[in-house]
Amino acid sequence: MAKIVAIVKMVPDLVEELEINEAGTGLDRDWLRLIINEFDNHAIEQAILLKERDAGEVTVIAPDAEGVEDMLFTTAAKGADRMIKLAGDLEEGANNHALARAFAEAAKPYQPDLILTGVQANDDLDGPVGPLVAEYLGMPYVGYISGVTIEGNKAIVRKEYPGGLIGEMEVTLPAVLGIQAGEEPPRYVAISKVRQMMKTAEIDEQEISELNPNGGVIAKRMYLPEAAKRAEMIEGDEEEIAAKLVAIFKKAGAL
Amino acid sequence: MNQDIYVIIEHLQGQVADISYITLAAARDLAQETGGKVLGVLLGQNAQELASTLAADSILYADHPALAEFTSDAYQKTVASLIGENEPRAVLFGNTSIGADVASVLSARLSLPLVSSCVKTSGGKLTSQICGGKIMAESELAETTTLITVIPGGYKPESGQSETAPEVILFDAPALDDLRVTLKGYIEPEAGDVDISKESILIAIGRGIQTEDNIELAEELAKFLGGTVCSSRPIVDQGWLPTSRLVGKSGQTVKPKLYLALGISGAPEHVEGMAESEVIVAVNMDPNAPIFDIATYGVEFDFFDLIDPLLEQVEEAKEG
Amino acid sequence: MPERLNYWGIPHTWGKPELYVYTIMFLAAAIMLFRFYRQASPWWRIGRSEPRWDKLHLRVWRVIQYAIIQTRVLRQRYPGLMHVAIAWSFFVFFLGTALATVHDHFFEFLYGNTLVIYKFTLDVFTIIFIIGAGMAIYRRYAQKPERLTLEPGFTWTLSLIVIIVLGGLGTESLRLAVERPDWGAWSPAGWLLAQLWISTGASETTLTNWHLGIWIFHLLTVAVTLITLPTGTLLHTLTGPLNAFFSKLDRPMGALAPAAETAEGKPIFVSKLSDLTWKQLLDGDACTECGRCQDACPAFGAGTPLSPKKLILSLRDALHHNGGQPNLVGEAIPEEVLWSCTTCGACIQECPVLIEHIDTIVDLRRTMVIEGMIDAELQDALTNLGRYGNSFGQSERMRARWSKEIEPKVKDAGKEAVEYLWFVGDYASYSPTLTEITQRTAEVFQKIGLDFGIMYKGENHAGNDVRRVGEEGLFEMLVEKNVKAMSRCDYQSIVTTDPHTYNTLKNEYPPNGEQPVLHYSELLDQLIASGKLKLSNKLGYKVTYHDPCYLGRYNGVYDAPRRVIEATGCEIVEMPRNRDCALCCGAGGGRIWMEEGEVNERPSESRIREAVQLKGVTDFIVACPKDITMYRDAVKTTGEENNLVIKDLIELVYEAL
Repeated sequence: MAKIVAIVKMVPDLVEELEINEAGTGLDRDWLRLIINEFDNHAIEQAILLKERDAGEVTVIAPDAEGVEDMLFTTAAKGADRMIKLAGDLEEGANNHALARAFAEAAKPYQPDLILTGVQANDDLDGPVGPLVAEYLGMPYVGYISGVTIEGNKAIVRKEYPGGLIGEMEVTLPAVLGIQAGEEPPRYVAISKVRQMMKTAEIDEQEISELNPNGGVIAKRMYLPEAAKRAEMIEGDEEEIAAKLVAIFKKAGAL
Repeated sequence: MNQDIYVIIEHLQGQVADISYITLAAARDLAQETGGKVLGVLLGQNAQELASTLAADSILYADHPALAEFTSDAYQKTVASLIGENEPRAVLFGNTSIGADVASVLSARLSLPLVSSCVKTSGGKLTSQICGGKIMAESELAETTTLITVIPGGYKPESGQSETAPEVILFDAPALDDLRVTLKGYIEPEAGDVDISKESILIAIGRGIQTEDNIELAEELAKFLGGTVCSSRPIVDQGWLPTSRLVGKSGQTVKPKLYLALGISGAPEHVEGMAESEVIVAVNMDPNAPIFDIATYGVEFDFFDLIDPLLEQVEEAKEG
Repeated sequence: MPERLNYWGIPHTWGKPELYVYTIMFLAAAIMLFRFYRQASPWWRIGRSEPRWDKLHLRVWRVIQYAIIQTRVLRQRYPGLMHVAIAWSFFVFFLGTALATVHDHFFEFLYGNTLVIYKFTLDVFTIIFIIGAGMAIYRRYAQKPERLTLEPGFTWTLSLIVIIVLGGLGTESLRLAVERPDWGAWSPAGWLLAQLWISTGASETTLTNWHLGIWIFHLLTVAVTLITLPTGTLLHTLTGPLNAFFSKLDRPMGALAPAAETAEGKPIFVSKLSDLTWKQLLDGDACTECGRCQDACPAFGAGTPLSPKKLILSLRDALHHNGGQPNLVGEAIPEEVLWSCTTCGACIQECPVLIEHIDTIVDLRRTMVIEGMIDAELQDALTNLGRYGNSFGQSERMRARWSKEIEPKVKDAGKEAVEYLWFVGDYASYSPTLTEITQRTAEVFQKIGLDFGIMYKGENHAGNDVRRVGEEGLFEMLVEKNVKAMSRCDYQSIVTTDPHTYNTLKNEYPPNGEQPVLHYSELLDQLIASGKLKLSNKLGYKVTYHDPCYLGRYNGVYDAPRRVIEATGCEIVEMPRNRDCALCCGAGGGRIWMEEGEVNERPSESRIREAVQLKGVTDFIVACPKDITMYRDAVKTTGEENNLVIKDLIELVYEAL
């Protein structure tokens, strides 16, 4: 019966155009749509798979953000047992160091055997959350994981390296793992199931005692990359474009 | 605290990773601001000769059986003790499966500030790329030793390579027993498939391809062009192509003569695996896709409308 | 005077022959009823209850229409004539026997001319029956169409009824041969056969004895037929009319049965037979195995594993299978079968006994969705629909990007009052292939001087196909969002170019009072009729028109688009499969979001090949955004792109303006 904690955060949805705030030091939150960090979604899937395979208990912890409750109810519908929302002054300055301290504090009482989280998130500016949580809890950390098996007080994990190489590692539990990909792609849950959870499941809201951003860097300036494109754009209708591409292919030595 | 810049050298199965050369180049850029030296930190067992190609002022080398291959626990302990003793101005890591496992943990363990996803270090400015390459963030070195993880894009690996072997200074690893993370072994990527890193023409597909059926179209195009199909992460995650075809951070680094990117937005994780291609042609519907920033030629068009005429004309050109 | 003799030729020593007849028939009928009860009782013992007793007059009318007149059966000439020849003959034989009983016991009227007419009628229907039976034999043993189940049970049934009729004819002719009444020729078939007996020179006694033998045999054949009826091909003579009687009346074809709920309002996800309603189980026993659904099914035609006939028969087999209820999804019916359906409604349209295939398919899809048994592509589409309100995974702010170039700016119906609220729909909004057509539509509306607006980012996918995929919760969520957005708008009518959107807005959304939902073909048709839209150019093209399933079959809009095409000065040449027989493009029911799987020939390709057969036709006109996508692909894959141009109705109108 493994006790598993999944640590999840909402990140900017890159489907939207991102804007910089007036001060030029951060994202303009008014225009931001948030979405679950895709890697965290894989971490949740891995947690649920472990629960289904070996029995266990899954607790999901996420900081408050727009859409976080829907996300938590969705994880409940997938099979998570407990959902915790961390509340506090998260609007500005809650970098990963501050969040990691809060996550560690919230996870500790559950004495987890395993903490799973996404290996990275698109808004990480001060490193990913996982290794920070691990260190604050004094647990070992391994990231870029795409497979987990629990054997007694150890986890056997598959760590991905460039070029498709996999390192099989043995990690002493309790531990924190940064998930690159779950063993299965994140599952779909029917909306009716999520809505059912909204009626029956409860989200435990916990106040963050202190947001301490120390160790996280503060951006002096944020900006959108220069519009100056290196690419020479090819215009025309599909036939013309195809013709120009064929010429490029020839020049490049294909054909 | 001194003004030196340390670079953690990554190696796997006796090979120095490209990212370490890139990081050395970034370190050199930074050292010019601080006025310090660039020191490579090499951990291993009988791995001293790996130092010979590194463009560093000198190499700090620790030899220990537990450091023969990378494990996070042993690396964290060794680098932590080194930083504690030497207090360099900054320590640079690759933002990789190796570097990222170490940098963040040390930031917490040693209470040192961390800047991640840094693409450029010129003029003392640390420029990070976040949000899939859509946002740039600028920060500076902190008052204390600053930890930095580096991603490709700002420096070429060649600038971190050297003809002349640097001086190697041995240092002692701390006690490395009771390790909580150990390597059981490597699992090699599925054999039998093509090695895309050796192909000179690659047709790369990404999420924009939408359905598995459309892979066939890419295969057909590849056949005419004498190339091979490869992909970005989502395609492999869906199981539509084997991992051996993955280009980018957790996949292969490729340098073909022609890289045709279809429906790939160009997230940094992908770009770092293909940025060195000779000619990059990107087809994407989103005019703001970052792939256009690194492509040689760009086509803002729906792949589905383009593929049929393209296949036809390519076939004609091939026959003619 | 012609007179009817009861029990002619039965020896007097037998006493009252009617006693034997009634005893045998009563016993046979009792056994039949008992066996039928055993066959039928699982419907209500296993199936869930569902009230289907309302509007009795309409139900009786359906029985008359579909079971007696058999309008559906007659939709196809050969099998239609074959079937009514047999069925109507038997109706007449029953009626004849009943009248004879009345004559015998209650009221004597069969004499004189009445008797002659009576005899003549029965005899003519005997001939009609023989023709029908001959057609059936030819069809079954020579034609052997793929859609039929070629099992020995049919041979048994056909033999029985042929023997019954021949037995009747035999006794009739032998009696005529002995009696030789002067009105005998009014029973032409019997009279002809009687001449044969007379020509043998057999004595009256011999003929009378033969008559007795055949009469007894005839009686016993009828008894055997009755007894075996509930487990044979003829079961449909009971279940068919029952199925017509209990067919759905409470909602239009375009409204799907709501997701099942328990009495406490908890959702039921159909995994076992007991989760289906008794009517859904009756569907299985009502199936006549005629295979018309299979012939009409685009999924079957494409070579997918779905045959609507097999699917319904799997339910029947599961119901009468011994030893526990099988799992319906995966066990009784493979998953791919259920996902292959395009919900085009052709099977429902063709079924002679009004089986409701699609409600059951969607019920089972709902189970698969709740169990997460969906392919990766569909999962992506549904995730996007949940998150962004469109299947393209694009921001809702991009929904009206197509309108950027339109001058003057298209009104925001959420901000100012408009006469027509244009519900643009996903494909027309987001698909780059369709941008130009959507812009054309706006330009035509503007040129006509229509007061219209769109909801910009307030619009969400309407949900028609989300519902048909089985994601009821997501459908409800989309409806809520759209209803909320629409309630903020001030408009008189809704117009849309998308038949799927049209269908769900019209038939499944909460009633919106006096504001009609119009398909743009209907709107243009109205505007042409009222003279507001004047088309000055006569285009003179020879075109064909493809009926979208959710416009035609589901909502009966066949003429409006045709009138609009004619108003542009084009000549319409119909494809063989037109109007309610139109072939689906293959995209409906969420198929457009799913992995395609193995197919022999896509429905869209089959359709294009059908169209290019038409002499002189240059343009293939569609009135559905998804059709543009499907058919522009299909002309390419069939290599017909130089022979046929796929055009939206609005493009013709724009050209003719």
